[in-house]
Order: sequence, then structure tokens, then C-alpha cells
Amino acid sequence: MEGFIHLFIILPFVCFFASLLIPKKNEKALSVLAYTSVGLQFFSAMVFSIIWIINKMPVINLKEFSIYKTSNYDFFIDFYFDKITLVYLILGSMITFVITVYSRYYLHREDGYKRFFNTILFFYLGFNIIIFSGNVETLFIGWEILGLSSFLLIAFYRDRYLPVKNAVKVFSIYRIGDVGLILVMWLSHHLWHENISFFKLNNAELVHSHLMENSLVGLAISLMIFISAAAKSAQLPFSSWLPRAMEGPTPSSAIFYGSLSVHIGAFLMLRTFPFWEFQTGFRIFLGFAGFATAVVATFIGRVQSSIKSQIAYSSIAQIGLIFIEIAAGLQNVALVHIAGNAFLRTYQLLVSPSIVSYKIREQFYNFVPRVKTIEDSWPKRFEYALYILSLKEWNLDSMLYSYLWNPLKRIGTKWKVLNFKYIFVFAGSVVFIGLIMLNFSNNIPERYKSNLPVLFAIVGFLIVIKAFTERDSVRKSWTLIMLNHITIAVAISFNEQFDWMHHVWYLSGIVIAWFIGLLVLNNLRKQEWVSLDQFYGHSYEHPKIAILFLLCALGLSGFPITPSFVGEDLIFSHIHYNQIGLAFFTALSLIINGLATIRIYARVFLGPHIKTYHEVAKRSS
Amino acid sequence: MNTKETFHLAEVVHHLKHYLPAQAPLKDFIHHNTLHAFQGEKFHDALNEANKIFGYKTYLQIEEYRRLFNEGKINKEIIKRFIPTENQADWMDKLLNQKWDESIVPRCGLLRNQWKENFHIDLDSMTHPLLFRIVSSYLDQGISIWNFPVHHVGFLEAIRILESNGKVSFFKTKRAKALLENEETTIESLLSLLVGEEKWFEYYLFDQQFAHPGYSGIVAVLEDNPNLLIDNRSISLTEFMIFELLLEIDTLDNYFGEVWAPISVKMTKELAPLFSKVEVDELNEVRRIWQEAYEWTYYDEVINGILHKHQNVSTKTELQAVFCIDDRECSIRRHIEEELPGAKTYGTAGFFNVEFYFQPADSEFKTKVCPAPLTPKFLVKEIVKDKKQSTDFHFHKRAHGLIFGWLITHTIGFWSALKLVGSILRPIQNAAAVSSSRHMHPDSELTFENTNGEKTEDGLQIGFSVTEMADRLEGLLKSIGLITDFAPIIYIVGHGSSSSNNTHYAGYDCGACSGRPGSVNARVISKIGNHPKVRAILAERGIEIPSSTQFLPVLHDTSRDEFTFYDTEILSETNKIAHEINNAAFNRALNLNAMERSRRFILVDSHKNIKKVHNAVKLRSVSLFEPRPELNHSNNTLCIVGRRDITRNLFLDRRAFLNSFDYQVDPEGKYLLGILNAIAPVCGGINLEYYFSRVDNQKLGAGTKLPHNVMGLIGVANGIDGDLRTGLPSQMIEVHDPIRLLAIVEHFPEVVLKTLQINPATYEWFNNEWVRLVVIDPATKSPFLFKDGAFIAYQLVNNQLPEVDDLISVFKKEHENLPVYELQNH
Repeated sequence: MEGFIHLFIILPFVCFFASLLIPKKNEKALSVLAYTSVGLQFFSAMVFSIIWIINKMPVINLKEFSIYKTSNYDFFIDFYFDKITLVYLILGSMITFVITVYSRYYLHREDGYKRFFNTILFFYLGFNIIIFSGNVETLFIGWEILGLSSFLLIAFYRDRYLPVKNAVKVFSIYRIGDVGLILVMWLSHHLWHENISFFKLNNAELVHSHLMENSLVGLAISLMIFISAAAKSAQLPFSSWLPRAMEGPTPSSAIFYGSLSVHIGAFLMLRTFPFWEFQTGFRIFLGFAGFATAVVATFIGRVQSSIKSQIAYSSIAQIGLIFIEIAAGLQNVALVHIAGNAFLRTYQLLVSPSIVSYKIREQFYNFVPRVKTIEDSWPKRFEYALYILSLKEWNLDSMLYSYLWNPLKRIGTKWKVLNFKYIFVFAGSVVFIGLIMLNFSNNIPERYKSNLPVLFAIVGFLIVIKAFTERDSVRKSWTLIMLNHITIAVAISFNEQFDWMHHVWYLSGIVIAWFIGLLVLNNLRKQEWVSLDQFYGHSYEHPKIAILFLLCALGLSGFPITPSFVGEDLIFSHIHYNQIGLAFFTALSLIINGLATIRIYARVFLGPHIKTYHEVAKRSS
Repeated sequence: MNTKETFHLAEVVHHLKHYLPAQAPLKDFIHHNTLHAFQGEKFHDALNEANKIFGYKTYLQIEEYRRLFNEGKINKEIIKRFIPTENQADWMDKLLNQKWDESIVPRCGLLRNQWKENFHIDLDSMTHPLLFRIVSSYLDQGISIWNFPVHHVGFLEAIRILESNGKVSFFKTKRAKALLENEETTIESLLSLLVGEEKWFEYYLFDQQFAHPGYSGIVAVLEDNPNLLIDNRSISLTEFMIFELLLEIDTLDNYFGEVWAPISVKMTKELAPLFSKVEVDELNEVRRIWQEAYEWTYYDEVINGILHKHQNVSTKTELQAVFCIDDRECSIRRHIEEELPGAKTYGTAGFFNVEFYFQPADSEFKTKVCPAPLTPKFLVKEIVKDKKQSTDFHFHKRAHGLIFGWLITHTIGFWSALKLVGSILRPIQNAAAVSSSRHMHPDSELTFENTNGEKTEDGLQIGFSVTEMADRLEGLLKSIGLITDFAPIIYIVGHGSSSSNNTHYAGYDCGACSGRPGSVNARVISKIGNHPKVRAILAERGIEIPSSTQFLPVLHDTSRDEFTFYDTEILSETNKIAHEINNAAFNRALNLNAMERSRRFILVDSHKNIKKVHNAVKLRSVSLFEPRPELNHSNNTLCIVGRRDITRNLFLDRRAFLNSFDYQVDPEGKYLLGILNAIAPVCGGINLEYYFSRVDNQKLGAGTKLPHNVMGLIGVANGIDGDLRTGLPSQMIEVHDPIRLLAIVEHFPEVVLKTLQINPATYEWFNNEWVRLVVIDPATKSPFLFKDGAFIAYQLVNNQLPEVDDLISVFKKEHENLPVYELQNH
């Protein structure tokens, strides 16, 4: 049976890489590759499920290999299979199969046919890694892939303003979820003193005994899990991203936001259920959170006048109910609900253009001038207030701006004391001083030394804020991001036990990605005007440079294509769990760091092309 | 217009509406000239202005013309006709080699852009999403479950009432809300707050409204035609603008506090008035030359084809079939004539000269089935015993409810899985699809004849009186030149189109029937034609239709290539037999037609057996995943008004609107006038909408339809925060060659000129060259071009007419446009 599990991971992997090699013009090869391999996966999943059921549904755990290992640290890849995996596997392979067949015709002649199939297959790979993951580390790899493929599909129409703007918006929310997971890994490490696998979580006694010792850490982990899950499944307060993600071709919206991607948060909750099963307080919280989402999303959904946002909010409301079911421990009910909701919303999205002819015909024959709704029977003032509130999506979209991004931006712009000319000198000296101090760290009195990590972390945070709010020079912003990583490394280094190898892991990928990125930017600057004050859309003329730079940006933000990905986790493992300040600023740095990187990519390469000799869409379209 | 110092609201609103997109809600989608506002000027001047003022791309890129030239699709000899005779080499170099900067910074937008430049605030991204959401919710025709709570008092008043709740507001700050509630607030007072100097008011409003032409356009259209909405709403462009201005003030207050300067105070550069004269530069000249040369390369081929093809061998008339003028009927007529040499086909506007409102059984609503500009005074009702509609719970609003949603996701949700797989693997007709045959029940009765005299319903007379019927039939027959030699069966073929998952379905049906299938009109005119009293009157007027002749209505589904016959039970015994023979030929012709169309569908393998090809074509109309059930009017380029003899056996590649007309029947041009009045706006409108959607699919077209999201059943937008998209989606125009319509009329130039001069609106179309006109003198067989108010002799460049004997093998090979051929096997 293990062979099957390997197949389920390897097949999407091979298929994705094979799809990269097929020439752009060869629509047929691209689509055939996609739907045959996904179809094969679906078929094998059906066969496997029969074998598995005959064998009395054993839970399978496969510890694959360690990527990095020391005496007390082991970053390993682990696969796992149980009922939850089975449901998601069949659901995922079936819907992806249907969507790939559908898109074969639907996307015919569309610019970016290849890009579309590449991204779908990339997404599918990430999806499979997540559902088969046996520990948080493995899951996190898939999680990152899912986030990136979402970004790429939302920004599929990269030459228009709104898709790019919304892609960045969704990415920023995903980033919060990502860091939630990093914190989960960090805290878990301290809780278990090892990188725990999901399989071990099934050992109720083990979990219980650890949680008894550290109930607060346990609660913190559960809350972080919830934040990650809520971000991915568009629960409160993150709900407003889901309708805004519907910018790509309809089938991609159907598979991502109608069905698979949006139910991954629920998967995370189901998967970690044994961990928080005995945290009654958390379960009650989860139930209420689900309930609040269900109610709010229902009202918002009721006033939507666009078909896709209506489907999105209905789906969010149902996922709210699913969260309640999970909190109540009704795993089977939740799984059925997930599958039903996924199928229903996928189909509704796919047929959404038909609503015009369908409803117009219906009205033509059975017109009822205005349907009275339950709200009409409420007091008028209340009705009107609730209507406005729902139409404004309960301010969910503006809330993230007013409470998170805008304050950060304000810090960045108000921090004008340091004129940009000197920022390099400043950041350079911080790093330099840090290194000197490190060298003599044994001579620094303990009472100062204990404050140094958080101090450097704050400086690092300010540096990345500056990178994030830079409106002019691309290269400066790009370099500041790299310096932020180094400052973090320095900050962590002041913790007593550090290992230079860890920094090599952490910084190797980042520095190389930074350097190549710089070369790419220099090359582009020779041909074009680039800046960060608006979208430039250079991918129109320089698609190859755009891809290369995207890879660099991924490297710089610690995406699992370089050792830095493991390094991030390593770095965190050095933060003591009483160093909340350090953890906070490091986590915040990582969020903004990722955002600043993707912002540079988006501003330089995406959006309406700055040159107007060809057709360019209106900004509002 | 120059910048005026004073602001007159009514004038400015009128001016704005003139330039905004005039596209009706989706259900009433009708083709029109996208740049209708510029029609008062010569084509090329207008295109230059639209480019410089609004930033529309109005021509292909120079590189594209050069590619066409290299492919041989632009003739060098013809280019030479359009460049100045002195320094020809110099001009050729400009056309072929010089590098041109084709980028554009349009005037419209420059003033309001200063918020960004001088105030560093992005007003659009802060106001648009909320503005769009509110207006779309207000206009929503049935998507939202809880619709706008106040809806009968006008847009602004409705918002005022909502705002009176005292708790939650659309506004973030106090001043804007107070201004909304203050009855003395006028658009002028808001403008002076925001803009400052009065002379910039109009410029500002243009900038503001053209930042989202989709919503402004639909508001303008609905203000003037509120009856386009089934669920009534009252809204005016002024109200809409006032609300947008308030949102802007709110945003600025929220950003700067209440103290900020109006935009004109900080103006750093003086702007040229929006509509001041636009210079014609060399680039524009180069574009004009390329475009003219591109067009005339094709026109010349067609004129040559018409003049040099062989005379037809006359055969006995076995059947007659009257089709719509539509370019999609061009090829089916050719195939029928090939299969049945005794078939005579005719073309005319597809409402068949019967203008009326149609009221389907069980419906309270009436739908107009004649060209949009006409206002009929007749009503035809459908009477039918039982009419069932299929339903689909996926569109049911309750699927979106919380509790019901919980139930169905657990149950019917899995039914979706089956439907999902089914719809992919084996597409079949379903409730979600649009079928042309659903327009009317095949066995229904139609109240075509007036029996209750003067009594009217909503001001409409039910059915036509006998004289009224006779007038219409006479008009139809005379205008197409069919007054003698009647065949035993005269088929009247209306057309419609079936498609699936298609928001623009109304644009697929018959344009002459206001975007509805032509089946009802075909039935009504056939019933009139078969009416003995009508025939008696016609006989008095000199048109003797033998009693053995019968009219038979047909619906041609243009996406499926199927014929549906109605009322076949009336056929006499002899005609029944004849009909069976004819029908077999029709079926062969339909197969061939599907085969011909399939050459453009890359995913249909044209090499298969012809029936399989036809089935593959049919499948497209019910497949959810098929964005191109048919290619509609793609490549429409010609409108030929004359006897079929001048085009029969000429292969025109489905590019021609064919209107039958016999100059001998109409020596004075009485019927010609009606034809010209119709083809200019209808065919010209279709052609220009395709032209502009093709050259600027982003600003004048709707972009790709794949990400479209339906807003309130009235329009489509990208995503949820986008502006409504007008024009045609890229899937409809991608294979279209942007060439203006060439009308070719067979008559004497002096008669045509006199006829043209009668209607100034029609004259303008031709004189300003939005539609080109060539007349072929029937006596001398020589062509004359209409230019600057006169006909001048046209010299052909081509003198060869290629012949082809096996079209099918050509269809299997070629995906692109084909040249004009003479069909040899005749």
C-alpha cells in the first residue's frame, strides 16, 4: 500500500515538471498530460480505497527522509494516510480531473494556456502534499505551494489592474496564515522537543501529558492553527478575500475558491483534531468562530448582486458550519459536508454564466415584481442598517487595511528620519555592528546580551518596513529585504547556542536569490524604466525575465525551492518560547518580507503595461 | 466644443450620454456602432479623435498591417492608390520600415489624474468598488436574495432613506452624509467643492464617468429606456454622478480631514479643452493608408468576382426559400442551391416585414420582434395548452441560504458531482442552456389575424387586418423582387442560435428581430401568405400567387445547423412529397454548412465523416465548456443588394449580408430606400461593433469572457470589483478581420444617389464612409464608388477570378479567410 502513497505524490510531481517542458503552442499535449495524469490519479485512488477498506482502513504513516538533522532537530518529510486523506484525495482528483477536461476546451486559444495548466498542476501537487503530509513541516511545503499557485491564478490576467491588486491582497492574507504555521512549528518544537508527526498526535495520552505541562503553549498552538485555517478557508475575519479571488478564468475559480483550496483550512482543523481534542475552551471558541462566520457570511451573501460573490459567501457560510461540526467532533458529518459543498459550488461556478438566460426566462414567465424577504418584516431602521453593513461586507475588507497594512505603511513612511541615501549605510552598519558584537559576544554582559536579539529583531523589522513602503528604487527595496534576513540571523545569533551551519542553511538561498535578482533587475533597467510607484507590467515584453525574477523573489522570501526554507524553521527553533518579543518581530518580519518581495514582482512585472502602443484595459475593468 | 466658462447641467449630461457606451442590459443586447458618437464626422477623422481624446485604439497596430502585407493580404498596387503621387518611395518606407510610436496619453482623464499627481491620492481605487456595488445592487434584476430594500423612489432618494437608519452609513465621514441629506445640495455645489473653477466642471465629469464607462453607460441607457428592465428601477445619470461626487468628497475628507483644496487650485499645467481640435499627424496618415489599402485589397477582389463570374444557367424553379440577410445564412443558401439546382434563395431583413410585439403563452411580458428602431403597434400572442419549463436547483436562491444550504450540500451536493461529470463527458440539452426553439412552442396558435377590430391591449392592436397583412406581404415580395414564377413551396427561414453558458446569448439571435429568434415572424408571414383573402388582394395589385403555392415557416439554428419546420400539416399532398425531397436536400446542405463552419473550429476534426463533423458542431451548442458555440458575424464585410444572379455560384466565405433586390421591379428606388435605411444601421452596426471590438478589445470590447462575472443580470464584469464590460468578448472577434462594410448595390447610380439623399441619417453613414458603397450599373456592368457625395467610376486592380471545383477539400485544409472563388461545377 505504501507504493500507492508514493505514486500519489510522485505522479503530480512528475506531471507538473513535464508540463513545464511542453511548448506553449502545443495545447493538446498540455491538456492531455494534465487530464490523463489526474485521471490516472483518480482511478488509482478508487482502486486504492477499495484495497484500503478491505484491509480494514489502517492508518498509514511513512517517515520518508530527513532534510536536515542534528542531535535535537530533525526536519523530515513524512506522509500519512487515513480516512480524511482518502476523502480529500478522491474529491481533489475528481474535481481536478473534471476541471482539466473542462479547461481543455474552455481555454482554447487563450493567451497563457500553458501558464494555466502549469499552475493548476502546481496547485494539484501542493494539494496532494498537504493531504498526504504526516507532519506540519511537510504540510507547510504544500501550504506554500498552494499560496503561490493561488497568487498566480488570481493574477492570471496579469495585464489588468484588479487581478493583480487582488492577487497581492489574497497573498497578504495567505502570508498571515503561513506565519501562523511557522509559529505552530516553533511552539510545537518547544512543546514536544522534536518535530512531531501527526501520527504521534493520535496517542491521546502523550498529547494529554504534554498539554498538562504547558497548557498555555498548547492553547497558543491551537490558536495559531486556527488562524492559518481561517485564513485559507476564508473564515472571519479574513472572509473578504474569497470573492476577490474570483479574477481568473471561471474553471480556476471553481477549483480553487469553490472547492479545493478553500476547504484546506477545514482539512488542517480535521488533521490537528487529536491535538486540541481535549482543549475544551478552544473547541468552544472554534464552534463560535464557525457560527459567527456562518451568520455574517450569510447576510453578506444575501445582498450580493454578482453571481460569483454570492456563491463565494454561501460557500464561506457552509464552511463556517463545517468548522462547527469539526469543533463538535463530528468528523464524518464534516467530511460529507465538505464533499457536498465542494461539488455543489464547483458546479454552480461553472454554470454561473447561464444564470442570465435562466433567470431572465424564469422572470419572463413567472415574474413576481419584488420578493419579500424576511428582513422586510423587521424594523426599518434595523433592516436598513443591516443592509448597508452587509453591502459593505461588514467592513471586513477595509478592516485589514485600517488595522494592519495602513499602520505598517505609516510606520514606514513616517520613518523619514533616515533619508534614503543613508539607509544603506544604516542597515549595513547594523549588520556590521551585529557581526562585530557577535564576535565578542562572550565579552558582552549578560544583562545587555539578553536584550540584543529583540533589539536587532526590531531593527530588522524597521528595515523590512522600509523595503515594503519604498515607492521608488526597486533595487534598494530588494536589497533591504535581504538585509532584513541578515539582521534576523544576527539577532538569533545572540541566543546562546547557535550554529553557523544553521545560518548557512538560512542565508544561502536568500543571498544567492538576492544576487541573481539584482542582476536580473540591472538587466531590465538597461532596457526599461522601473520603479515601485505603480504597476509597470513589464512581463508583456519580457516574460522570460519575469519568470526568472519570480524564482529569485521566491528564493528571497524563503519559498521551498532553496535551503532557506528549512533555515526559516531552524532559525525559529533557536527562539526560546519565552522570547515572545523576538518571535513576534521575527514573525512580523517574515510576513512583511514575503509581501515586500511579491510586491516588487507585481509592481515591476504585472499590471497594465506602462506602454500603450497595444490594447491596454481600463484600470477599472 | 470649447471649454465654456459656465456649466449647464442638462447640456453636459446630454453630451456625456452621447459619448458613453449605449449598450442595453444583456437580455436586449443589440449590435450597434461602438463609436456612434463620432458618426457625424468622416471615418478616419473620427478614429483619430477617438484615439486622442479617449485613448481608444482605433486601428490595427502598424506591425499587424505589415504582417498582413507580407502575407499578401494587402496589395502593393492598391497601397499606391492611397499614397501621394510625389515621393512615393518615401511613403512606402514610412509604411513598411519606419518605427512609429503608437502609444497614447488620452486627454480624457488628465484633469482628474491630478488627484494622484498633486495630492497623491488614488481616488478611483477608493471609491469605485463601493460605488459599483451599490449601483449594481440597486439595479439588480434577480441575483441577490435580499434585494435593495428601497426601490421605488429613485436612486438618490433610496440611498437617503437607507442612510436614515442612524447607525450604519455608506460614508466614512460626516460632511458627505450631511451633503446627501441637505436638499439644497446640487451637482454644481459639489463640483465647486471638488473642482473649484466652473470652467473645469465638464472636463471633470467626463474624466470621472469615463473612468468607468460601463456603469455610467448602463445608467444613461436605463435613464432613457427604463422599460428595458423587467423589475423597474428609476435612476438618472445626474443622480449617479452626484453620488459618486459625494463618495469622492467622503474619501478626501477621510484622508485629509475637511480641509483640502479643489483640484483646479493645484493645477500645474494648463490642459487643452477636451474636445478642442485634434491634429492629424503623420502616424494617422500612415494608419489611414494601411487601413484603406487593406480594405480595398479585399473589396477589389469581390467586385471583380461579381463582374467576371459566368452567367448562371437558368433552371426550372423547384422551390423558393427566403432567408434573413444575416451573413451566417450566406453559406447555407449556397449549399442548398448546390444540392438543388432548382432552388431559388432570397435574402431580406429577418423580421420578414412583419413588425409586432410577441407575447409568449403564460407570460405577462411582450417582446419586440422587429428591428430596434421600429415601434410596432401590433401584438401577436402565443396560445398553447401546456408549456413546461425545465428547472435547475443550482440556480435556486435557496441553495445560498444557510440552513437550506446545509441540507442540500449534504444531499443534492452529490447530485452536482454527477451533473459535473456528466456535463463534461456527455453534454446534453439542459435547463441552463439557451435553445432557439424555446422561443415559441411549435404547436402553438398565433393571434396573427385581427378579429376583435379596434379593441387594443396596452395600446396594441391584436393581429393584423387583412389589408395590413396584404401590405406587408406585398412589401416583402416586391422588395426582394419575387413577383412572378412562384414555386410550389416558399420556405420562410427565420434564424436563431442555441448556446450554453453564454451571457451574450441575445447577440446570437436575429438582429432584425431585436435579438430574438426569427421563428415567430416566419410563421406569421407564412400564415399571411397562405391567407386566401390576402392573396386575393395581392392579385388585384398584380401579384398572382397560384393556389398550389404554399408558404412554409422554418427556423434555422445557426449554431447547430438544424432546420425546424412549423405548420407542416397545412401542406397539400403534392407539396408534402415535394417537401420530403427538399428536406433531404436541406439536410445534406446543413451537413455541408456545418462542415464549412468547422474549418474555423480548430478542435473539430474536419477530416472525419461529414455526419460526425456535424454532430461535433452541434455538441458545441450544449457544452458548458464551449465559449464559441459559433463564430457569429466574424469576418462580416459585405452587404450585397441585388438579384441573386449576381452572386450565385460565387464563394463569399460567409462574409456577406445578402439582400435580394431587383432593380427592374423597383426602378424608382422606392423599396431600395427601405433596404438602405435598414442595412446601414443594422449591418453597419454589426460590422463596426466587430471592427472596434477587434482593434481594441480591452477598451471597446469586453475582453476575454472566461473570467466574466454576471452583475445583477444586466451586465458582465471581471471579478467582483470591476466595471461593466461593453462590446464583444474576445472569443467573438478573434478571427475577425477589421474591415468596414462594403455595400454593393445593383442599380443605376443616379437612382441610388437620389434614394440616398432622401434620408439624412442614412446618407451620413455612407457619406462619412462608416459604410462604403459601390454601385454596379446593371446596364453597363461597371462599378461606381460613392465618394464625397458623388459616384465615380472605379478601376479594378484584379482581373483574375480563381475557380474551385471541390470546396470540401478546401474546407479541410484552410482555417483562415479564403479568397473569392467561382464555383466551377455549374
